[in-house]
Amino acid sequence: METGLSMAATPTTPPLLRLEDCTLRFGGLTAVSGLTAEIGETDLVGLIGPNGAGKTTVFNLITGVYRPAAGRIEFGGQSIAGKKPCQITARGIARTFQNIRLFGSLNVFDNVRVAFHLHLWQGLGHAVWRGPGFLREEKEIAGQVMEMLEIFQLQKYRDAPAAGLPYGEQRRLEIARALATRPKLLLLDEPAAGMNPTEKAELMKLIRFVEEKYKIAVLLVEHDMQVVMGICRRIIVLDYGVKIAEGTPEEVRANPKVIEAYLGRPAA
Amino acid sequence: MNGTGHNPPRMLERIFRPKIILLAVLAGAGLLACFAGQFGRYYTGLLTKVGINIILAVSLNLINGYTGQFSLGHAGFMGVGAYTAAAITLFIGPNLLPVAGAAYYHWAAWGLFGAALLAGGLAAAVAGVVVGLPSLRLKGDYLAIATLGFGEIFRVIFCNIKSLGGGLGLNGIPRYTNLFWVYVTAAVCIYVVVAMVHSTYGRGFLAVRDDEVAAEAMGLNPTRYKMAAFVTGAFFAGIAGGLYGHDIRAIDPNGFGFMRSFDIVVMVILGGMGNTPGVIAAAIVLTLLPEWLRPVAEYRMVIYSLLLIVLMLTRPQGLFTWRRKWKQV
Repeated sequence: METGLSMAATPTTPPLLRLEDCTLRFGGLTAVSGLTAEIGETDLVGLIGPNGAGKTTVFNLITGVYRPAAGRIEFGGQSIAGKKPCQITARGIARTFQNIRLFGSLNVFDNVRVAFHLHLWQGLGHAVWRGPGFLREEKEIAGQVMEMLEIFQLQKYRDAPAAGLPYGEQRRLEIARALATRPKLLLLDEPAAGMNPTEKAELMKLIRFVEEKYKIAVLLVEHDMQVVMGICRRIIVLDYGVKIAEGTPEEVRANPKVIEAYLGRPAA
Repeated sequence: MNGTGHNPPRMLERIFRPKIILLAVLAGAGLLACFAGQFGRYYTGLLTKVGINIILAVSLNLINGYTGQFSLGHAGFMGVGAYTAAAITLFIGPNLLPVAGAAYYHWAAWGLFGAALLAGGLAAAVAGVVVGLPSLRLKGDYLAIATLGFGEIFRVIFCNIKSLGGGLGLNGIPRYTNLFWVYVTAAVCIYVVVAMVHSTYGRGFLAVRDDEVAAEAMGLNPTRYKMAAFVTGAFFAGIAGGLYGHDIRAIDPNGFGFMRSFDIVVMVILGGMGNTPGVIAAAIVLTLLPEWLRPVAEYRMVIYSLLLIVLMLTRPQGLFTWRRKWKQV
């Protein structure tokens, strides 16, 4: 991604997401400490770090699973710290999970359909009455869901329960489901975990495609360096909850602090 | 969707199904009511019991089955409805009905009963809010115990209200319940539950059951869904209670204890959680089974219990659930 480098310039408009001096403690352990980071409107940022560095915790902070002990989290200029996860999703942050969390007993179609929830006109009353407005909306949603499934090549699994899908397809369905909430920022938590090289290559293509088609910002946590270095325009490196480096893939790769965090100090 | 070459999603067909179910059951209820006179006391009573149990099981299935919130307090809501409805017909009825005059007495009684049932349902729904707000923060076993506790609280409250007869309960409730009322209510209950669940909004109930964390990350508010299920379930349980009271004509607090809740839970589990036709079938079978076992007299409940154990061992997914094979394409 040589072309990506030139776009890594700092955005002039206020950033989409801003973490300012965020700290989170679990008892005596400081999982995230004084983290400051920004994500622009069409950024593709990677968040990396050794095991236990606090990457998923950062995700959970952004999505409202945890509330920061100190610091601010702003999305689109408004503070979202302490809001409920569903309220944060409503503002435009969608996520996938490290351990896939699909609605296992629902079929593929319904998994995506549920994610249209935020943009529904109908309520339970409409569902019981089943007037023309309700039927029209259901038809519209069905069309949009099928469109989504086709984009992600999942249409042939439409009626299969999500729990029965092959692993790679489950990952793809999770991304499709997250996109159905129409987010401005998509958080991907280790999307390449457990994938073989072919699947990884496909995933990289998919993430690039999503970013271009939907014009959204993507933040991904990933262990696989090939994936991260291959698609991210900017990388943030965490170690023990502290940001130790930030920059383009090349800058990060050459950073001695990063090498030390991953491989240890060179022998004297 | 046009011209893309795939079949329309199954969902579109499902949209029209609840209305067909409603019409079919309404027609059935009408037919039953027409022939009610020919069944005799015993069978009429039995069919009434079956209908009431269908309402209870289907409404509990919305909470336990579709939304996955294990409640053991359904009989409590039934009790609230039964007492409210009975109090209205017993205390307000005698003052109100003579005013209507002899010519309209019949119609006034009908209207009074309908209003009493509705009031019973609404009272139970309010009780559902009161119970649901604190206890729906809990999950799994803890929720089951909390709802069990609330069910017992209702029972103890009835025991101690002197004006509602205390431990002896209310007697001499007019017999207003007939097959028509029971099966129309059952039809409406089934329709409402099925229609709610078969909608994009209503799929949220199942999403909350499958994975609450993921549901919340998709922008759903799990608390709102749980409350909706709880209140709707309680509403229909309250109406079922009203029907029950005006059928057996005497209610007492012990009729709404946790054993009663347990009977309803067994119907839901045996029918298959979240499988409405299965739950209806289980409600019918489990109501009739003790009757079929009457000839063996004192061994009746032993055999009934053994049957339940065998069924749970052999078909834990529910007697009437045929799990679709995971379709591997």
